[in-house]
Amino acid sequence: MSLTYIEAIREAQARALRDDPRVFIYGQDVGSFGGAFKATKNLAVEFPGRVLDSPISEDAMMGMAVGAAIEGMRPIIEMQFADFSLVGFNQIVNQAGTLFWRTNVSCPITVRLPFGGTSGSGPFHSQCIEAIYAHYPGLIVLTPATVEDAYSMLLEAVALDDPVIFCEHKFLYRHLKAEKLPDEALPIGKARIAREGRDLTIVTYSAMVHEALEAAKELSSEGWEIEVVDLRSVKPLDTDTIVASVARTGKLLCVGEAWPWGGVTAEVISRVTAEGFGLLDAPPQRLNAKDTPVPYHPNLWAAHRPTARSVAAAARGLLRQ
Amino acid sequence: MVQTAFDTEPSHGTKSERDIYLSAFRFMLLARMLDDKFAALYRANKIHGGVFLGRGQEALSAALGVSLQKGDVFAPLIRDAAGRLAFGETILDAVRTYLGSPLGPMRGRDGNVHRGSPHDGLLPMISHLSAMISVVNGILFARRFQKKFGTVGATCIGDGATSTGSFHEAINQAAVEKLPLVLVIADNQYAYSTPTSRQFACVSLADKAAGYGVDVHTLDGTDFAACIKIVGQAVSRARQGGGPQLVVANLLRLCGHGEHDPADYVDPKLKKSQLGRDCLKVAEDFLLRQKWITASQIAGVREEIVHEIETAVAQVQREPDPDPFVEEWRAIASQHLSEGHAEH
Repeated sequence: MSLTYIEAIREAQARALRDDPRVFIYGQDVGSFGGAFKATKNLAVEFPGRVLDSPISEDAMMGMAVGAAIEGMRPIIEMQFADFSLVGFNQIVNQAGTLFWRTNVSCPITVRLPFGGTSGSGPFHSQCIEAIYAHYPGLIVLTPATVEDAYSMLLEAVALDDPVIFCEHKFLYRHLKAEKLPDEALPIGKARIAREGRDLTIVTYSAMVHEALEAAKELSSEGWEIEVVDLRSVKPLDTDTIVASVARTGKLLCVGEAWPWGGVTAEVISRVTAEGFGLLDAPPQRLNAKDTPVPYHPNLWAAHRPTARSVAAAARGLLRQ
Repeated sequence: MVQTAFDTEPSHGTKSERDIYLSAFRFMLLARMLDDKFAALYRANKIHGGVFLGRGQEALSAALGVSLQKGDVFAPLIRDAAGRLAFGETILDAVRTYLGSPLGPMRGRDGNVHRGSPHDGLLPMISHLSAMISVVNGILFARRFQKKFGTVGATCIGDGATSTGSFHEAINQAAVEKLPLVLVIADNQYAYSTPTSRQFACVSLADKAAGYGVDVHTLDGTDFAACIKIVGQAVSRARQGGGPQLVVANLLRLCGHGEHDPADYVDPKLKKSQLGRDCLKVAEDFLLRQKWITASQIAGVREEIVHEIETAVAQVQREPDPDPFVEEWRAIASQHLSEGHAEH
């Protein structure tokens, strides 16, 4: 049996519903329709009354989740697209994100954000907004890059006593396959060495892990050994694993699909320069999407976000220094 | 304690009815006097940040508070001292929050009207108007999952909050789910300085109910007896399974938006109109007319309340301030996932 990334997300939700009566799913079209991406396929039938369609009201969906969490439930909220979560942004950052700090009452909510670019999706169905959630205190922000992580991290997210922003990449939904679901996994908060190398460290996350791995393969044929660090979780950020990798390679390239101003790649470079400046043999570099809305046409989109080719080019520039 | 001051006079109404009115009146008086104390402390520079009063809205707020029961949920807004106290908040919690005591429910992390205790059903508001409605929905929604029935959730907003997207989303959500929600709108004629003519174009905010498919109750929010009766009916109807209840009360805010605001924009004609009546005076006159209380008993209650407030303020003023060096600077419950920047 082989599973896709989206099927792993569906399976994790089925298991969470099965194992914990406090779990329910609330979101647009998640009920009998099974969700826009089929992440809740058949779950409304398997778990009657626990997988519920919401009105198109991201603000009220999130407020509802906070109330239910206060009352002891563990809601999973599906935002149809990450881009639309911005309509519920206030409830996420100001309500869910402040509750524990203000009241000492925990707020276990998993907010699933189908995010990131796919060909032809355009400016409002492609955004990478993990950094704006990571910027706010009180939230955990996860970015699984593999089928196994999509499954195990979603299960762990539901079990956490905090609001979790679960960024699942739409490009990976059906591209990635695994033979079976994992029995064990790295815990949330630990980064993963996706490929070992000695010449340069690429730190990245989510769909860009696969672009980086492809670039590393290409560079390997040129004699360079690239280490690829998959962050898995952008908040908390596993600075120790990153710095240890830079200690081995001496060079750092950070790759993100999000926009260039600030964000995860800037945070990584800031931490490495503060904590491991002496380990660096060259100025650290970042590669991000262009600073425009995400374009519609495939030609423009492919040039807008980093790809294996542009990652390899950026890495070559750094390797020559 | 509430009843002892009032138990001596013969009653015209039933005992329980009289008790409800007298209890609500006492909470109104307590709220007014507590608000006045906060205003005095503000002018004396003893309070960090703003002070927000409920002057003119006590009847509506107290009516809601006395209509709720233990186990219900209440998300008050900034002018609901009376409702909070009637629902069970202590004077001490209010004073500790305004003065930032680490012993209060918000521990100096949040202040003034942003106070509550979620597991006791009292939700601490965030500043974004109408944002609490869907949180109350969520608690009621969860209770349906848990097969806990018979409780209601209530929350208060002003006229300005009805212009927000959150209001629309949340009342619609409550209607779709047929939740036992009581949403009280105090249409106090101004949202900060903005008059209702710049806020909405319908004749009355009650007109909105039809669009959402919810019951609506309208009243003169300065009329003490009407508040007790109509708010009580709305709460009962929600409790009996009638779905969301919208309550629209017309009244006038008899103070500024906060104590920093002289409110010189308020139309003098409104102040002289029926809306400009002081609900506390209306309540006092009503109770005296009913012979449910005497003037000397009211004076006695005032003395009692002064003592309660002064005792609480004196106690809190002797309490330590929050200490940033012992503060746990962590915004998430999962300690192992905290980044702990403060230690660096």
